[in-house]
Amino acid sequence: MAAGDSGAAPAGTARDRCPTGIEALDNILEGGIPRGNTVLVAGSVGTGKTTLSLEFLIHGAERGERSLFLSVTEPTSKLIENMRSFEFFRPELITSGKLLLVDIPVLYDKLGLDHEEMRPDEIQLFLQTLEGFLTESKAERVVLDSLTSFAYRIQREERVRDFMLKLSQILAAHNCTTLLVSEIGPGAGRYSLRGVEEAIVDGLFLLGNARRHGDILRVLQVIKMRGTPHSRAQYVVEMTPIGLLLAPHLKGGLTEEG
Amino acid sequence: MSRESDLGDRLRELSGGSAVALKLAPENYADNYLLALNATIQGGNVEVDGHTIYVSVTNPASLIWTIAQALDVPADRLSFVDAISHIMMDFRNPLENASYIESPRMLENIMLRVEYLLKKHPSKRPVVIIDSVNALAIHNPPALLSEFFHILLNNLKARQVLTVLLAVSEESATFVDQILALTVDETIEVRADSGGM
Repeated sequence: MAAGDSGAAPAGTARDRCPTGIEALDNILEGGIPRGNTVLVAGSVGTGKTTLSLEFLIHGAERGERSLFLSVTEPTSKLIENMRSFEFFRPELITSGKLLLVDIPVLYDKLGLDHEEMRPDEIQLFLQTLEGFLTESKAERVVLDSLTSFAYRIQREERVRDFMLKLSQILAAHNCTTLLVSEIGPGAGRYSLRGVEEAIVDGLFLLGNARRHGDILRVLQVIKMRGTPHSRAQYVVEMTPIGLLLAPHLKGGLTEEG
Repeated sequence: MSRESDLGDRLRELSGGSAVALKLAPENYADNYLLALNATIQGGNVEVDGHTIYVSVTNPASLIWTIAQALDVPADRLSFVDAISHIMMDFRNPLENASYIESPRMLENIMLRVEYLLKKHPSKRPVVIIDSVNALAIHNPPALLSEFFHILLNNLKARQVLTVLLAVSEESATFVDQILALTVDETIEVRADSGGM
């Protein structure tokens, strides 16, 4: 690499994309997530965060990209069952090692991190272990589900910020395109537990519920994505056996965020 | 039009991506409906094994399916997006070839289920029937419904889908007529010959 070359694409050239495999979302992002970006997937319960993340990884594995799911909240056996609802999921993706699922609570036990609050040295140990996973697996796509469960164990805001910065640096160094799942309450007014996480990531998908005369519609909005122009309109999401489908959220009626 | 063969011929002549409104006369409505249904599913589909997606808002899919079976329509040629059974609390006989939506107010979900079925049943010139514009107008305000039809029909046009909108002629509210005037390529009055099909 020449002196002063940061490795970034020259000005005016398009960045390489990491297609999510969700056709409408890739259209919104002009081809996919800019490769190497870290994206927060924020939303309240039942809005499709894990489903979207799983679809992103399955499509990646299908394309031959090593894909890594770090699960804090659900056992991997349950995730595999959930993936079976997709017609395009093949168990061979897991047996071939293209799609790796890791139970983070098992990892906590092994590292002796099974207590409620993590100290700075323990956070560092976790990050080193994660980096080892990335090196070993050569993962190009990563999902951490959820970042919130991890952030709960870091009590101070400045430590969360420090953790996020280091995590982003590690992921960028390995050129991973990453989704970090963030659980938020309805109408939370922010996109993460501490409110600092969204400032550090490159992109933000917001999932939520919109109400129309008592009926609830699942909705998705791309709030930010560094490295690409994109629509910020709201879309209604439908979960189908062929994956997530998106349609424009009609504005003619009354809606309220839920 | 009063004959099934004439209506079927006319629908076959329409280019892929066309949208047509069939306005059914309220007198002898059942006969008019059967004429429209048979002409659209059997006659309007230019492909031997073409697929039709029926969006049912007026009557549950189970009822339409019973009628379609009487007309000898094979199960693999017809699938439903049923947006009425849930609000009628009619869950007794869910069909395998139907996709159910909780409410006819969830218009985006109707669009998405139609998209899903189009992908599941690829066809050179698929047909989508919406039954009916009047029923959708009962459940949705005019601005929302206009937006829905504008987006849906443009999308179906781009996919070369023949879209058939059913409406009851003399019951049409003014705004339903306005929507039809703005969105469809052709309107055909359907009035079966006395004595039925």
